[in-house]
Amino acid sequence: MIRVHVRRKAFGGTEILRDVRLDLLPGERVAVVGPSGAGKSTLLRIVAGVDRAFEGEVERPGNIAFVFQEPTLLRWRSVLQNLTLTHPGLPEEAARAMLRRVGLEDKAGDFPGQLSLGQQRRVALARAFVGKPELLILDEPFVSLDPALAEEMMALTESLIAEVRPAVLLVTHARAEAERLADRICRLEGSPATLVQPPVRVMPRAGS
Amino acid sequence: MSQDAAARLFSLGSILGLWVVASVLTADPTILPAPWTLLQPLGREIASGELPFHLWKTLVRVAWAFILAMSAGIALGTLMGTNRAVDRWLDPWLVVFLNLPALVLIVLCYLWIGLNETAAIIAVTLNKIPNVVTIVREGARSLDPELSAMARVYRMEPLARLRHVVLPQLAPYIAAAARGGVAVIWKIVLVVEFLGRSNGIGFKIHMYFQLFDVRMVLIYALSFVVVMLLVEAAVLRPWELRVRRWRTA
Repeated sequence: MIRVHVRRKAFGGTEILRDVRLDLLPGERVAVVGPSGAGKSTLLRIVAGVDRAFEGEVERPGNIAFVFQEPTLLRWRSVLQNLTLTHPGLPEEAARAMLRRVGLEDKAGDFPGQLSLGQQRRVALARAFVGKPELLILDEPFVSLDPALAEEMMALTESLIAEVRPAVLLVTHARAEAERLADRICRLEGSPATLVQPPVRVMPRAGS
Repeated sequence: MSQDAAARLFSLGSILGLWVVASVLTADPTILPAPWTLLQPLGREIASGELPFHLWKTLVRVAWAFILAMSAGIALGTLMGTNRAVDRWLDPWLVVFLNLPALVLIVLCYLWIGLNETAAIIAVTLNKIPNVVTIVREGARSLDPELSAMARVYRMEPLARLRHVVLPQLAPYIAAAARGGVAVIWKIVLVVEFLGRSNGIGFKIHMYFQLFDVRMVLIYALSFVVVMLLVEAAVLRPWELRVRRWRTA
């Protein structure tokens, strides 16, 4: 169970978030949509524990994975090391298996800079899923991708979520993306922003 | 690569050529001896063990000051580049030490600590630290916040974070500080030896300066330049290439 309650979050004197509550059941997939600048990324960072300067409480599992807008890889370490360094104790074989799963088994020894952007994003996805996270956070993961690549990444993300079954918190601009990946869609809007939650919608899951 | 080496050799050769021309024009070996007239006394100094002994003394001081100044400078620079409060408090100190003439620090260290090895090395180290701090702080300011967030989400250990996330980003700045550092440090070490040590290249230069022996001054100075060129080519450049490997791969 993941419980988020942000009473107040401000940058300088400007209040960004007020009284935002969000609960996620294990394996539940929630998308947060809303206008840009509303504080969606800020909310994600608070949930992930990256931003700790806020008033409120977050109850989160220990094992979290984050997919950023950019691949955010260690460019000076090999593709394989990007998986093992972020998951101490992970057997190398498991990391290789995950690379095989995303179609990059022959790139394990390469530096991320030698890969195409699409391949780098697949490494980022592999890194997120290899630790079998209980909570997966995605911050506009498909923004700035051309439609074909975005579709490819989304399909891969969808099937990996179906395999690992983490709780998912996704921020996106694209309504279609939210509907495809999430069970429930919330809107973050207003200034300071609050969360508007519709009644739980049950959507057919891929593969079930 | 070989073209690079050829350019280097040619460039060094032209310095030598300039020296030959100047020595011919001066026509006075007590002011500027021709390069080849140095070879015989050089051989004598090496055979007697005099040159290797003083060279070694200076090299040890350079190594100590280099290691101390780099470690302190990297630690302080990283701290100041990532922590604004620390930066605010330490920046005035940095400006003071940057503008303090090397000579003043050296004299004060000798006066306060005594005419000994500790004072010599501390004086050189203190002279170099502000320089390293300035360069490394620049690097620490440009650390990628997204990578820090990533390291935090995936709960990387502080040591692993330092080694795999922070230091690789600082590496180009550390390399720049190191290469500039060795050059500055050995110049200051010579002054320190000149003023208050009874061995080392600086001491010998002081001695031959009082005897007005240009030939011996040149022999001692140039032999150390050669050693530093070797250190740069054999240690610093390969290390820099290694940490930059991911950029060119």
